[in-house]
This record gives sequence, structure tokens and C-alpha cells, in this order.
Amino acid sequence: MLKQIEGSRAVAEALALCRPEVICAYPITPQTHIVEALSATVKRGELGRCEFINVESEFAAMSVAIGASAAGARAYTATASQGLLYMSEAVYNAAGLGLPIVMTVANRAIGAPINIWNDHSDSMSQRDAGWIQLYAETSQEALDLHIQAFRIAEELSVPVMVCMDGFILTHACERADIPTQQQVDDFLPRYEPRQVLDPAEPVSIGAMVGPEAFTEVRYLAQARQLQALELIPAVAAEFERGFGRDSGGLLRPYRLDDAETVVIALGSVQGTIKDVVDELRDGQGMKIGVLGIISFRPFPFEAVRAALAGASRVIAIERALAPGSGGIVTGDIRSALLARPLPVSPVIAGLGGRAVTSASLRNLLTDGHADALEPLTFLDLNTELVDGELARTRQARRSGPAAENMLRDMGAVASRVG
Amino acid sequence: MPYQPIKFYQTGSFAVGNRLLDPEQRSVQSDSERGNSLNSGHRACQGCGEALGARYAIDSVMKATDRQMIAVNATGCLEVFSTPFPETSWQIPWLHSLFGNAPAVATGVAAAMRAKGRTDVRVVGQGGDGGTVDIGFACLSGMFERNDDVLYICYDNEAYMNTGVQRSGATPPAVRTATTQAVGPEPGNAFGQGKNVPLIAMAHEIPYVATATVADLRDLEYKARRAMDFRGARYLHILVPCPLGWGSASCDTIRVARLATESGLFPVFEAERGEVTSATPIRHRVPVEDYMRLQARYAHLFRPVRRTETIARIQAAADRNISRFGLVKEEKTTVKRIVPGQSPATGQAVG
Repeated sequence: MLKQIEGSRAVAEALALCRPEVICAYPITPQTHIVEALSATVKRGELGRCEFINVESEFAAMSVAIGASAAGARAYTATASQGLLYMSEAVYNAAGLGLPIVMTVANRAIGAPINIWNDHSDSMSQRDAGWIQLYAETSQEALDLHIQAFRIAEELSVPVMVCMDGFILTHACERADIPTQQQVDDFLPRYEPRQVLDPAEPVSIGAMVGPEAFTEVRYLAQARQLQALELIPAVAAEFERGFGRDSGGLLRPYRLDDAETVVIALGSVQGTIKDVVDELRDGQGMKIGVLGIISFRPFPFEAVRAALAGASRVIAIERALAPGSGGIVTGDIRSALLARPLPVSPVIAGLGGRAVTSASLRNLLTDGHADALEPLTFLDLNTELVDGELARTRQARRSGPAAENMLRDMGAVASRVG
Repeated sequence: MPYQPIKFYQTGSFAVGNRLLDPEQRSVQSDSERGNSLNSGHRACQGCGEALGARYAIDSVMKATDRQMIAVNATGCLEVFSTPFPETSWQIPWLHSLFGNAPAVATGVAAAMRAKGRTDVRVVGQGGDGGTVDIGFACLSGMFERNDDVLYICYDNEAYMNTGVQRSGATPPAVRTATTQAVGPEPGNAFGQGKNVPLIAMAHEIPYVATATVADLRDLEYKARRAMDFRGARYLHILVPCPLGWGSASCDTIRVARLATESGLFPVFEAERGEVTSATPIRHRVPVEDYMRLQARYAHLFRPVRRTETIARIQAAADRNISRFGLVKEEKTTVKRIVPGQSPATGQAVG
């Protein structure tokens, strides 16, 4: 059914259709609307015996999900930013134990300085946790990916993180097609765990493993991710048959035919990029296209290589920074291109909620198409501001807190008392 | 419960020969059908109080639940010595996740059981003092506050023994550990404000809180069984001497635990909904020195010079426990009537 609905509420409606059995909630902006909606759904009794547990921290949220999943229940939670970092130990643990938990990450920056707005620093920090990471471009895709996520997670016994841009997707009202219960039931079978805590068949789960088998356990984690590379497109294809929508999969190519320049991006920023690409192609005849990455983990190396077969250069729009290194996705793209190296220009963009505008993108892509980008670009960087702060740190030892200094330089209100 | 008068018991411990009792009055451990939750072959040290306490507690829960139970274990000695890959000593469904999250994982298991309509399956979380009073404390308090249907058992050996005897929030004052060494003008652990988790648990007003030691195993069995009479959050804090960490002889584990209670340093009591309902009286009160002298972790208080003032502060803490919990009766009682089937401490029925 078509609805004009907030992204978070659309996701909550999809989750309810997935018949979760245990939902753990801890508030952190901007994921809160999802669990708020689910709490009402559970309270109204619409999810049967589903347990909604208000925990005392994100670490507990993931831990409750671990216990529930190990006991054979379909478990869900949502988090963002600092919350994801606070639960990080349990995030790794869930993957190590092979528990098919599904978690929404409403992508948000990581402090300090504290910042509630969108970028991908949080989920990127958990890149190596052993979870599958799927990035949604639209509210509709976020909704669809959650339904697919349970299917993928439970088939492989691997947890899945569905990443959706905080505020941009979670808080925006858009048109979304909410499926029927029957459609979801036909698509998503009951959860049959591979391992379960059952008094009738007592097993020990989570035993200590030493050097004699630890490598083999880790190898299986890699093997399951490789299986996911096969499963994710298959599940997306089945989803399309059942729901009539192309949603999910590994990659989303856009106007790649004869494209010399390919822009790679994850998440909602693809919408603006596609608008600019349309403009540059249709107005100026620029041979440029977009390759959206939905599955960041597992990273689809072969599919990326194939999609870039005709390209001459790549511009990677990165919504996270790896300080001391640069772009996080760029490293994977370069690995995918080892056999036929292409110049890949990482562009750090949209950090901490800074808008990635079509005007900025137009200049960026024009420069990129002309091979005129620096080795590492910070889109719309206020160089005057950072130069001022760098000068200040050269001049005085006690130069003060950098973020507050720059706010003062900008004339931000209340950045100086007195 | 009808009880059976008997004539003979061990004067030191109140232990009653099981053969003198009717089968239903006998201890869980004496039952040939006992659960053996923590089976032989594990890697605990000689004289490990935790291994003993865990087997008695979990066997008792197994009996009380007709084996319909699941245990969640924090990282620590108990976890490491019981499940060295590819072996396990556990005869129950058992999950180890992390050091600091056992109460929350147990909450998750209990939630799954409710969601599946399996409320007959009961959940136990367990860990050492580090996993309970320090790193797992937030999860424990959250579980209490929500009144989740979990029995959490802390096996308290008063330091991080698994990592090599470092100080925890449960380490007593003046004790030597690897991170509170017996050097300097004030050797050993500092005198802090203490962190009494049984009392903190009571402050949550959860249905049941109890303490026990491995010196009184009938009482321990009773309390684990009694805890299963309640739904909601329950907390059992068991003192389990650690020969390695305490520097006591492996053969003295029970004796040291008994002296901890007889000196008043470790009060044994039960509480319901925040109110103390019973406290085990001290029968042969001893000075704290008798307890401390069996343990090398206190040796620096006696050699090379006797630290009288420090010992007096520890004695004062024991005296405070005795008055606070009424551990020594005013009138001199020489013989306590023992009723089999009931805890000698509390008069409550023993499963």
C-alpha cells in the first residue's frame, strides 16, 4: 500500500511485518523514531508475544539481542553513532557467535566534537566486525532491505546491519510502498536456528578457542561473507518477483554505458549525484555515470570490476574519513581494480551533516572528469577556517580547543562567554 | 514441608549424614540422579571454591526446574576452565558471550523464552566478582531495575583471578593483589567505601537477594532452590575462596570460607523485596585475624611488623556487619536445633 510516510515509520512498519520476537531499544538520535513506533506496535499487541525491552545502554541492547537470538528468537535492534561504538564489543561478538541479528544503523557522525547529523563514520567503523552491511539509497529501499536482511541473516547465520542515512532518510517523509503481511510471510520463512539453547539438547555456545582452530573459525566468517555475495543478489531477485520492485542486491549502476568517469557512492547522496550526472550528460555530453554500492560488506570486488570495465577514472564520494589514510571505500575500489588499475579520486563529502549540494557536485565532477582533482579532496572545505586554526597552533602552545576556536572565528553565537 | 527429627549432625558444620534422612530430605548433591551440571574433567585449580559453588548452585537450580534451564556465563575463570575448546563440562544449555554483558544476555534468553511461550524454562546468569561488580555492573542493575526473570549468581573470589589476581571492586581493604601490591607505607588495597552488591541489589527491591558461601553447602543449595520460587530478578552472591589468589592452602577452601562468616566479614543472609528476612547467626565467633592468617594476601599485615591499626580497621568492619545483621544473638545458645529439610541458618525448607 502506498503511503506518504516518514522513513523511520516505514522501516518500523516493515519490521513489524517481519514478525520479530525480541526488540531491544535504547534511545539515540536519529534512530529513535523506529523503536518508538515499534514500541507502540508491540504494546497494542499486534506482534503477539513479541518482547520489547527498554535496556540501559546500547551495549545491553546488543547483548539482549545476542541472548534472544541464541535462544532461537528473531531479534532486532537499532542504533547510531556513539551507540554503535558503545556496543562495538557485542557487535563483534554477535558475528563471532553466528547470530542472525538485524540492526538498523541510522548513520550519524562520531564525536568529538559531538554531532548528531549524518555521515557514515559510525557503520564504517564496524566494517570488520563480521556483519553484512547494506546501505539504503531511499526510504523505500531501507524498508525493503530490512525484509531482505532477515532472510539473508537467517539463511547464513550472519548478522546484518541495514544502514540508512540519519535524518535524510530517517526523518524525511516520502512515498513508500508498504507490503502486505502475506507478501512478507511468503518471502520470509520462520527462523530455524542452526544452533540454539535448548534444555532438550544442551549445547555449550561461546567456548574458548585457541590457536588450534581460531584461524579456521575466522576462515568460516570469510566463507560466509563470500556466500553472501551469491545470496544477496538471489534474495533481491526473489524480492523483485514477490514485491514487484528492484530493491537491494550488491550494486546499483546508473547510466554506466560508455561512461568514462564513474562516481561511486553509498546511501542517499546518490539521488543528488544522479541529478547532476543527468545534467552533465544531457547538457554537456559528458560521459559520466554512477555506481551505487548497496553491499559494502561483503564488498563485491568482481561486480565492481565488471561495472568499471569501460571506465577511465573513478570518483569515490566518501561520507567518512579514515584520518591518516583518507577514503575508506576508495581502498576497496582500488583493490577491486588491481588487475586493471584506474585512477580513483577519493572525495570526503557530507561529514557531520554538511549538505552535498548539486552546485558543489557539478564543479567536483567537472574537475574530476578533467583529471583535475587532488589526491584527497575535502568537498566544500572552508580552507580559511582551518588555515586560521593551524596558524594559531603554530603561534601558541595553549591555543585552546580547536572546534570552539573555529566556531568563534565564524562568529557563531555563544561560542565565547563574556 | 513435614520434617524429620534426627539426632546426629556434625558439630562443626551442622552437616547431616544424608543416609539418616528420608530421600526427599536429602541434599541435591547426594542424589544419584543429580544434574552434574559442571561435570568432572574441567580445568579449575585444586581447591577452587568457584567450581564447587557453581556445581552446587546450578545442580540445585536444575533440580528445582526439572532441568528446564539455560545458563549464561560471563568471561572469567568459570568460563575458561569449563569450556576449553573442544571440550565442555556443562551438562546444561550454556552460552558465553562477553565479560560485561552476562546479565543482559540472560535477559535476552528470558525474553526469547517468553516470546516462545516457554516460561517453564528458567534462566541463570553467572560470573565472577569482576564480571558482576565492575564491568557487568550496569547490565546487572538494568536487569534488576526491569525485574527480568533471571537469577544472577556472583561467585565472589574478591579479585580478577583469571587474569592473574588483580584488584576488583570486590577486593577487601589491605589485601595484596598484583595491582595492589604489598609495598610502600600502606601496603595492599586501599580502604575505600566498599561496593556491597547484595545491598545494592536489595536497593533495587527485587524479589530475592541472598548470600552464601561454600562452607555451608546445604544453605547454598537451599538458597539457589529458594531463588527459583520467585519470578523476576533474583541475586545470589556466593563467597568462593580462591587458593591461588588468596594464598591459602587448597585443602583450606571450606575452612577459609567458614572463618569469613564466623568472623563477621561475610554476612550470610536473605532478603525479599529489599527487606532482610533472615541472617545466619555466628555460632563460634572468631577474630578476623583467624581468617586472615590462613591467607598470604594478608601476610604483610603480620610480617615483618604487625600492622595493628590496619587489622583493627578490618575487625571494625566485621563488628559492623555483626551488629548490622544481628549475627550474634544476645543470649548464649549452645545447641541449635537442627531440622532436616530446613536450612539450619534460616529455618526455611531445603529442597
